[in-house]
Amino acid sequence: MTQTIIWTVAILSVLGLLLALILFWVARKFRVEEDPRIDAVEKALPGANCGGCGFAGCHAFADAAVKASDLDAQYCPVGGDEVMQKVASILGRTVAKKAPQLAVVRCNGSCANRPRINEYDGLRSCRVKAALYSGDTACPYGCLGCGDCVAACKFGALSMDPETGLPVVDEAKCTACGACVKACPKHIIELRAKGPRGMREYVSCVNKDKGPVAKKACAAACIGCGLCAKTCQHGAITVTDNVAYIDPAKCKLCRECEAVCPTGAIHGVNFPKELDKDAVKKRIADRKAKAAEAEKKEAANG
Amino acid sequence: MGKLTFSMGGVHPHDSKYARECAIEELPLPKTVWVSMAQHLGAPAKPVVAPGDTVKVGTVIAEPGGFISAFVHSPVSGTVKAVAPRKDLAGNPVMHVEIAVEGDEWEPSIDRSKTLVTAIPDDKAEILARIKACGVVGLGGATFPTHVKLSPPPGKVAECLILNGTECEPYLTSDYRIMLERPKEIVVGAALMQKVLGGCRCVIGIEENKPEAIASMREAVAALGFPGIEVATLRKRYPQGGEKQLIDAVMHRQVGSGGLPIDVGAVVQNVGTSLAVYEAVQKNKPLITNVLTVTGDHLPGNLQHNYLFRIGVPLSFVAEQAGGVPESAAKIISGGPMMGKAVSNLDATTVKGSSAVLYLSEKATRRRRETACIRCGKCADACPMGLEPFLLNRLYKAADLEALEKNAAQDCIECGCCLYSCPAGIPLLDNIRQAKGQVMGVIRARAAAAKAAAEAAKK
Repeated sequence: MTQTIIWTVAILSVLGLLLALILFWVARKFRVEEDPRIDAVEKALPGANCGGCGFAGCHAFADAAVKASDLDAQYCPVGGDEVMQKVASILGRTVAKKAPQLAVVRCNGSCANRPRINEYDGLRSCRVKAALYSGDTACPYGCLGCGDCVAACKFGALSMDPETGLPVVDEAKCTACGACVKACPKHIIELRAKGPRGMREYVSCVNKDKGPVAKKACAAACIGCGLCAKTCQHGAITVTDNVAYIDPAKCKLCRECEAVCPTGAIHGVNFPKELDKDAVKKRIADRKAKAAEAEKKEAANG
Repeated sequence: MGKLTFSMGGVHPHDSKYARECAIEELPLPKTVWVSMAQHLGAPAKPVVAPGDTVKVGTVIAEPGGFISAFVHSPVSGTVKAVAPRKDLAGNPVMHVEIAVEGDEWEPSIDRSKTLVTAIPDDKAEILARIKACGVVGLGGATFPTHVKLSPPPGKVAECLILNGTECEPYLTSDYRIMLERPKEIVVGAALMQKVLGGCRCVIGIEENKPEAIASMREAVAALGFPGIEVATLRKRYPQGGEKQLIDAVMHRQVGSGGLPIDVGAVVQNVGTSLAVYEAVQKNKPLITNVLTVTGDHLPGNLQHNYLFRIGVPLSFVAEQAGGVPESAAKIISGGPMMGKAVSNLDATTVKGSSAVLYLSEKATRRRRETACIRCGKCADACPMGLEPFLLNRLYKAADLEALEKNAAQDCIECGCCLYSCPAGIPLLDNIRQAKGQVMGVIRARAAAAKAAAEAAKK
């Protein structure tokens, strides 16, 4: 009896040792030589594997970063500048700083602004709904409200506001990976510069219909009147296809556009003070009066 | 001989043809019509009229916008009010020509008499040119331009022209009515298309639930005596009117994945299209009218109609003329209950392919609550294309495009048999339609890349 136990243990131990040796030898002999920097870069990355950079995951990103000659084509939106600096230092390269971005939902079509004109009883999926028809409101461009963006977000940064029926971005959690941008069949969500201390101005509408049609569909639609573009002194606003767009690179956050917008389609967020529309309008009027006076003088002189 | 039918899948919904006894009535003219520029498959037509222009019935108001496109003619006489986007059936903006109706003056070139013209023109090219000039498109549902379908690519020969008189969608009776009321015109239309295709044989396929139509068509074929035209009785089964299913039923040949009917020597045309071809070639009348059914479940008889309507009449006008929208209607559907689309906008206008305004009650349209798949395999049994809907549904959820393509998601004909047969109420069709769209996108991108590569290699 004792002997059986001894033999069993002995045979198993020897077998284990032998197999371990074989494994050890195989591991040495057939080792895949990988650039150690790939591993180092991957460790520096956030490890979210979200695909926001355009690669399959963090490892693929690291692999491409090591193999490419420069880092111009690569950017980890989740890690941002901090992580990219780390990556650059590991690889001994430089990387240009990018302004941090954020997902911005460009639709004002809350239940109050945009009355429902029919009832949708199909599958709760924006993609399916968009394939069937223009939606349960009169605006064929706006949010469909089924939450495909919420489902696509891996960081829990999006949620549907039950009151407005629109998605809300949690600024602290959003990493600007762009998954929601791809998921939205109406192309409402845009990645936009976060702005200094999170302050930014944007047109919260993508309705391309002409003014009266857009206005009828939604009380807070951009009607393409161009008042904002005329008011803007920095040339930041363009109106194409009856929708205004504010270029974040040119915007100086003066909030004049927001004050003059007749429908309230322009939103300003994270500003320390609430917008005093009348004061801003007065400022614009004063400026215009001054300019007109100056012009008169010039005409008189010339 | 047993009755013909296709070899796999299919379902048997109740045929609900309540409006079958309603003779075709002519719908009066409204004050204004809006004619859509996207009434056919392919590129939208380009408007050639401007506001203020006077048009007669049959005046060309838009030209084809591409190879696969069609002419559009004015369905009324009057003044063009505007050329502007207007919301279509699905609520999406589409270019429309708005015409204010004044009187009913027709282009003098159109023969409005009722006499039957049976002499077939000798020149094939002339027949084809007239079909094209009259803007004839397939009226079986897909509205594919008829002149393109009747021009097989070089090297392909049509052996059989199949006229689709199955009308397998429940509720619809417009094809049934024209087969009863205008059988001879349909047969002449078939003979014209036979001529274009080089004298192939022609089979008119009609389902067994329409014995009167079968008798009427048989009589017309015998009376006119064109060679090589026969009427085949098909078993009642949905989706028999599907192009590939009908070819299978009549010719016992299967069109391969990604293939066209002409690959197996078949050309399929709807009976309505045949009538339009007759009117275009023999009477020079463009496709400006069609027949649609107004019906629904549990509707009183006076609310059911078959109307000969002018294309461009708003659906709201059709509904009003037919006695108003019944209170029981929870959903209004344009087309049949299986493949038709729910109407979200009754101001949308009728198009060349409009086949029905269908009022369905809450009970008939309610979606079932989705529960877990019980792996019963009913969807796979019901699929007429031999697909495995449960598998495609799962692959779609896993976003595995490669596997979806391997399992032929792109072959789905969106007939809805899987959804109809699923006891768990799983939205199979919704998901597979999405999957199909994505796979088609991949296939098209690949084809475009291959084409670009081939061109680059040539240089």
